[in-house]
Amino acid sequence: MTAVDVYNKGLQDRKAAYIDYPQAIPLSFTIDQEACIGCGLCEKMCLAGAITYEDQERSTDLDVGSIVLCPGSQEFDPKDLDYLSYGTHPNVVTSAEFERILSASGPYFGNLTRPFDRQEPKKVAWLQCVGSRDLNRTGNGYCSSVCCMYAVKEAMIAKEHAHSDMDCAIFNMDVRTFGKDFEKYYNRAKDQEGVRFIKARIHSVIPVADDSGDLALRYFTESGELKEEIFDMVVLSVGLQIQESTIDLAHKLGLELNHYNFAKTGTFSPVETSRPGIYASGVFQGPKDIPESVVEASAAACAAGAPLAAARHTCTQSVELPEEQDVSDEELRIGVFVCNCGINIGGVVNTKEVTEYAESLPGVAYAGINLFTCSEDAQNNMKEIIKDQKLNRVVVASCSPKTHEPIFMDTLEACGLNKYLFEMANIRNQDSWVHAGNPEAATQKAKELVHMAVSRSATLSPLHEKQIPVNERSLVVGGGVAGMTAALGLADQGYECVLVEKEAGLGGLANKLHKTIDGTDVQAALQDLILRVEEHPKVQLLTQTIITDFRGFKGNFTTEVLVGPEMTSRKIEHGVIILATGANEYQPREFLYGQNDRVLTQMELTKQLEARGAKDINNAVMIQCVGSRNEEHPNCSRICCQSAVKNAIHIKEENPEANVYILYRDIRMYGLLEDYYTRARSLGVLFFRYSLDDMPVVNEMENGVSVEFNDPVLGRRLSVDCDCLALSAGMRATNTDDLASVLKAPRSDDGHFLEAHVKLRPVEMSTEGMYVCGTAHSPRLLNETTAQAKAAASRATALLSQPYLTLSAVTAEVDPDKCASCLICVRSCPHSVPRINQDGVSEIDAALCHGCGICASECPAKAIKLNWYEDTQIMSKIDALLEEVV
Amino acid sequence: MAEFEPKIVAFLCNWCAYAGADLAGVSRLQYPSNLRPVRVMCSGRVDPVFIIEAFENGADGVLVSG
Repeated sequence: MTAVDVYNKGLQDRKAAYIDYPQAIPLSFTIDQEACIGCGLCEKMCLAGAITYEDQERSTDLDVGSIVLCPGSQEFDPKDLDYLSYGTHPNVVTSAEFERILSASGPYFGNLTRPFDRQEPKKVAWLQCVGSRDLNRTGNGYCSSVCCMYAVKEAMIAKEHAHSDMDCAIFNMDVRTFGKDFEKYYNRAKDQEGVRFIKARIHSVIPVADDSGDLALRYFTESGELKEEIFDMVVLSVGLQIQESTIDLAHKLGLELNHYNFAKTGTFSPVETSRPGIYASGVFQGPKDIPESVVEASAAACAAGAPLAAARHTCTQSVELPEEQDVSDEELRIGVFVCNCGINIGGVVNTKEVTEYAESLPGVAYAGINLFTCSEDAQNNMKEIIKDQKLNRVVVASCSPKTHEPIFMDTLEACGLNKYLFEMANIRNQDSWVHAGNPEAATQKAKELVHMAVSRSATLSPLHEKQIPVNERSLVVGGGVAGMTAALGLADQGYECVLVEKEAGLGGLANKLHKTIDGTDVQAALQDLILRVEEHPKVQLLTQTIITDFRGFKGNFTTEVLVGPEMTSRKIEHGVIILATGANEYQPREFLYGQNDRVLTQMELTKQLEARGAKDINNAVMIQCVGSRNEEHPNCSRICCQSAVKNAIHIKEENPEANVYILYRDIRMYGLLEDYYTRARSLGVLFFRYSLDDMPVVNEMENGVSVEFNDPVLGRRLSVDCDCLALSAGMRATNTDDLASVLKAPRSDDGHFLEAHVKLRPVEMSTEGMYVCGTAHSPRLLNETTAQAKAAASRATALLSQPYLTLSAVTAEVDPDKCASCLICVRSCPHSVPRINQDGVSEIDAALCHGCGICASECPAKAIKLNWYEDTQIMSKIDALLEEVV
Repeated sequence: MAEFEPKIVAFLCNWCAYAGADLAGVSRLQYPSNLRPVRVMCSGRVDPVFIIEAFENGADGVLVSG
């Protein structure tokens, strides 16, 4: 039966029995109830008997201590916005549809073509803020946070895929590339790849009245000039919104939602919902992109885990393994298990022939066929055969070792065989599935792959995985909001934490903050945080402390510190380290700052407003992006737009007569902050866009300063005499030159610590056991800092909660007798693991080795071997394969 | 003369190329059956000696992918 392929956004069809998408977990078929006609044929045909056709929905009761909600969001559906021609013209697609068109596993196999005539488009337009920042038509007054960045990415990829020079234009109100290093990507798109960014919200998309399939966009430029451009294809950058089912779920659980149906949370409790014990993360909490979603998910795990810390490991069951047999003196007895994988392999490869061939190979004592080797009954059967046949090497010819090796290795262990006496032949993913039309060649290839595997298995010897104990203590560097939150996160989970701070007091940058934009009292929350840190029995606080030495590996670090004015030396043993070194406000050198006392930074203005109010302000001008988004400091500081809007609202609420002018380049009030931007405008705050090549000019006057700037809407130069000029100075990472060098921790050009993966591992660093959070990672608001600190604590807990770490046995080992200390291994290791020890020879710490084997290949003396991938073990495969050739 | 069927030894990095070859299977992409993959933990593990060994023993081509 055929059904609409929802994953590919309806751009193609699929079967009623289907796998959702190629990377789905689990990678298994499901039946589309809506398309199924109920014939029941699949149940009869399934060789594994995996289909329970009459299966019904069941209710199960679970007793849990905490609940984490990550129900995600849905894309805004633009079909009701009829002026966009979506749904009526095939060449108007949503951004999600365009993603599928670009994807190699998408409907057009990654060939960039437009749906109308399957021709490659030459000119593509993206329309931003469809279903976002739009109270009039959609009711979604918030910014979806992700669309600017994905539109830039889609334009860049489209240009990459295109066979000729493609014209990409992004129509936007503001380009909001506020994430870590996002601005650099935007600059690359604009300056190097020629993606056009046009400040306009398109009124309507009109199909061209011929059969070309093209679309006309009409817009006003900022100077008021009417323009019309024809595009081959239009992409609607649709926003994110909460789906009805999530709203129902929230109501069932009794959670409070905000006016846009996102979960209500607090600044210092960013993942805690209104109901204790229930936590929210991801877009359900507010629009956000992947790194922030991953951060919040970990933060929610931390918050959900703390009250359950006492119950940790109480439900864990461990497997009893028999003692390992010594097979070193035994004659080779290789067992080969060939898998049919239903018809996945057996339907193409003649598995009977392969099995017979395997039997004929030297050393093979047993060869047999299974329908599904990974099924439980086949595994039990395999265990019996291993014991009965006294097998001492096992080869499974089936699917990929990347997915199934651990399962079969467990089977070996359960029989008392060392798990490294195992090898797989991948005759499914890399054979039957890719040579389906040529059974003969596929069978021949399967035989050769089995021969190679058998031959390698004969060279294998037992390897033992080292277990190292984990020191449960943690070290947190930095006593600001991030450091304190991380320390409490760990301490609340039951882990002892040493918090080191270089200053005499705690609080960091937050000491200078008063209120958040939503009115949360920062000082009250900060005092509470400091009190909890000082009183927590599991937190040990060391102030005026600097780190002088750091060594060891995950689970077992040693850090030396100098404590207090007396500089007392101390040694701290710990299992993990969290870096929360924070940031400061940039001290401007521009716009007469420091020369005229009417020129302040936003933080100084906040302080002044708190101290003496806004009554004495008549004209206030604010300049955005001071020390950000320029040549010296290309990145966006993320927080300054909201600092300006916060202070502007403060002034206007207290003194409605005051004029407030904000000179900006793009207003980046992302997510739910957009509401405050709307509020500022309704209060009469005036916004003027300026550009880098036409900067505002500040001149000194008798009683203040005058600011001269260009108004792009009026097309005229304006001059404002003001009694207050607030500079939205960016954020600068704390100077960590010394610390980074002691820790060997990598940093970006602007001094932020680098995470292991920008999207998926946003708090882990490349050194295992080392984590980063807060403004040491990138500029961020207090709620984002708090979430990230909890996330770091959560990831650290995942390591600390293990009683010991099991190291892979696939590591490099040096034969000291052969080592000539030539340093080639030291230089070639991408992880800087080999070092020359006291005996003057290279030594590789198994706990640090990643097992790539580069050193083994490079070593001219052949003094290094990579266990399980020794030269003979790889060469045996080549030799077996080519045995019959020469 | 029968058509020439080259034998190609492919050293595939476990983390990228080998995973890619698996994904080609999941996506059912069809390609000639002449490739014989050898999984290594990093393409940097491929000692030039392996390549020479393969050619010496009669391989028609060697692919190192990672």
